[in-house]
Amino acid sequence: MSNIVLQARNISKYFHDPVTNQVLKNINLTIEKGVFASVMGKSGCGKSTLLYILSTMDTEYEGELFIDGVNMRNRKEKELALVRNEKIGFVFQFHYLLNEFSVIRNVMLPGIKLAKYSEKEVEAKAYEKLKLLGIESEALKKPNQLSGGQKQRVAIARALINDPLIIMGDEPTGNLDKKNSENVYEIFSELAETYKQSLLIVTHDPEFANRTHRIIEMVDGAITADIIQAEK
Amino acid sequence: MKFKLISSVSFSLMLARLKQTTVAAVGVTFSITMFITLLSFMGGLNDLLDGLITKRSPHVRLYNEVEPSEKQPVDRSLQFGRHYNFVSSVKPKNEMPEIYNSRKIMNTLQHDTRVAGVSPKITAQVFYNVGSIDFAGSVNGIDVDAEAKLFSFKDYVTTGNYIDLKNTPNSIILGKGVADKMLADIGDLIQITTSKGERVQLIVVGYFQSGLMDIDKIQSYTSLSTAQKLLVETDNYITDIQIKVNELEMAPELAKEYARIFETNAVDIQTANAQFETGSSVRTLISYAVGITLLIVAGFGIYNILNMMIYEKMDTIAILKATGFSGNDVKNIFILISMTIGILGGLLGLLFGFILSMIIDQIPFVTAALPTIKTYAINYNPKFYIIGIVFSIITTYLAGYFPAKKASKLDPVIIIRGK
Ligand SMILES: Nc1ncnc2c1ncn2[C@@H]1O[C@H](COP(=O)(O)OP(=O)(O)OP(=O)(O)O)[C@@H](O)[C@H]1O
Ligand SMILES: [Mg+2]
Repeated sequence: MSNIVLQARNISKYFHDPVTNQVLKNINLTIEKGVFASVMGKSGCGKSTLLYILSTMDTEYEGELFIDGVNMRNRKEKELALVRNEKIGFVFQFHYLLNEFSVIRNVMLPGIKLAKYSEKEVEAKAYEKLKLLGIESEALKKPNQLSGGQKQRVAIARALINDPLIIMGDEPTGNLDKKNSENVYEIFSELAETYKQSLLIVTHDPEFANRTHRIIEMVDGAITADIIQAEK
Repeated sequence: MKFKLISSVSFSLMLARLKQTTVAAVGVTFSITMFITLLSFMGGLNDLLDGLITKRSPHVRLYNEVEPSEKQPVDRSLQFGRHYNFVSSVKPKNEMPEIYNSRKIMNTLQHDTRVAGVSPKITAQVFYNVGSIDFAGSVNGIDVDAEAKLFSFKDYVTTGNYIDLKNTPNSIILGKGVADKMLADIGDLIQITTSKGERVQLIVVGYFQSGLMDIDKIQSYTSLSTAQKLLVETDNYITDIQIKVNELEMAPELAKEYARIFETNAVDIQTANAQFETGSSVRTLISYAVGITLLIVAGFGIYNILNMMIYEKMDTIAILKATGFSGNDVKNIFILISMTIGILGGLLGLLFGFILSMIIDQIPFVTAALPTIKTYAINYNPKFYIIGIVFSIITTYLAGYFPAKKASKLDPVIIIRGK
């Protein structure tokens, strides 16, 4: 098996409303296993749009997307859902937890959906992830009883539950204060170093980006710089 | 595993919106309750009214119409075989409407496995004499035991004892209307004139009340032998053979068969009482229409609540999809919500419908026209319950299907961007 987790070839994206507008221009991108990459760029340059395509949620694009060596074009909606479930962990700027469920259930849901392990095992794994993020004591609370930083950690735990190939984040620290942002960075960093977890994180925070392995810079829908940083 | 996951999400969503969910379920419960009650009540009413007819009418009646022979003697003659018969105004032979060979026919019928019972009858046209006034009526000569067994004769003898008709010679049970007109009490002697002009005196042993006023005003009952005496006929003389069959639906078929075999006229109950059938079916139709309308209204309630829920739970749907739930999973979640509302509401509706029917069953309903009826009648046909639950499931499925379909099509990107 190759070391490549995700590969984008010549991806372009147009919006036609109100006028046709090319938002992504021939994006080529390869993410290897264990790489902690960040995406930077001005507001409106197409970072989120790219991330939605890479995470298979948006299927209207030109070009080719390979995840784990498999072409994602012409896949059924159900197959893409399975790819997201099994191989991609997504962390949003807003935490998007389900308030109807307890914290532990929130973390477990994608695991139960995958059904690779029994519910008991998924629960044990979920506790393990919460512990890793230092919030196992909040497991039985409802999400709306948590602080913003705690919620974001729950969302990260949920993204980790199926041991995904890659974690994608769209400004996961965008809504957090300095201290909590630092905390989230530490978690990502540890995941990358200790567990060889691949990460692709959109951020506006240069301090955050500077400490990642790789900085991808976008301007007007095109990648203008791809800087591999030396290990510190 | 999969169902467990879907159902756990469904139930959590329902719990989060318990109030609306309950309102939707109550809507279904109400409509099913009314559906069941209405149909049971209408069914009971139909049975009651049909009972007026079916309980007391033979399913098949054999009789002889006085009519000219279809084949006139000249038609049988070989000599005129190739000639055209233009004899018009043919008249029937002077004969009584007697069924020939009645003993043999009755015997054959009693051994027919499709037949539940046979009862002979003689109908005689008479005049009741009240002082100097005569009024027309009819006397039915009956086999008292068979009539009691097959047609609940006993139930309709409201005054006096029906068995006296058999035990007292020359006795008569008068229709209530006839008795009122004649001012005849039990034990009185009354006088009637037969169609042959004979005057006969009979002892009144009871009153008969069928519930149909027009009949009670002209009809009376005597035993077979008394009727034969009235008509000065032998004890073979019978004008009608009344048959109860085991399966009511078979009556028209059997009527045709018996008419052919026994060479008599035969009429089945469905043909004889077509207007009652129509009444029953119209009533049933109306109850179904009302019940189904109620259900559809409840269905719209579910539809609205589900739409609202989906609107409120956009984020939930988006996140479920982002974390790997397929459109189909989302659809199933909402359909399951709808079905749960439908089935729970429906089952409760069946229960309440049953209870309400039982209450109605206890309400007194006394009417002079129906001497055997004491309370409102209810038909506890399991068919109504099956139709009720099936309809509630179908309606809620449809009510849930369209919102669920919409939810399954929601694009998570649009929702997440919308934040
Ligand atoms: N549904 C849409 N229809 C038309 N244009 C759109 C639509 N969604 C996004 N755009 C445009 O696409 C461009 C890229 O949007 P995108 O959200 O990817 O930017 P971004 O880099 O994530 O910005 P930010 O840093 O502010 O989140 C923007 O110019 C935006 O106006
Ligand atoms: Mg963005």
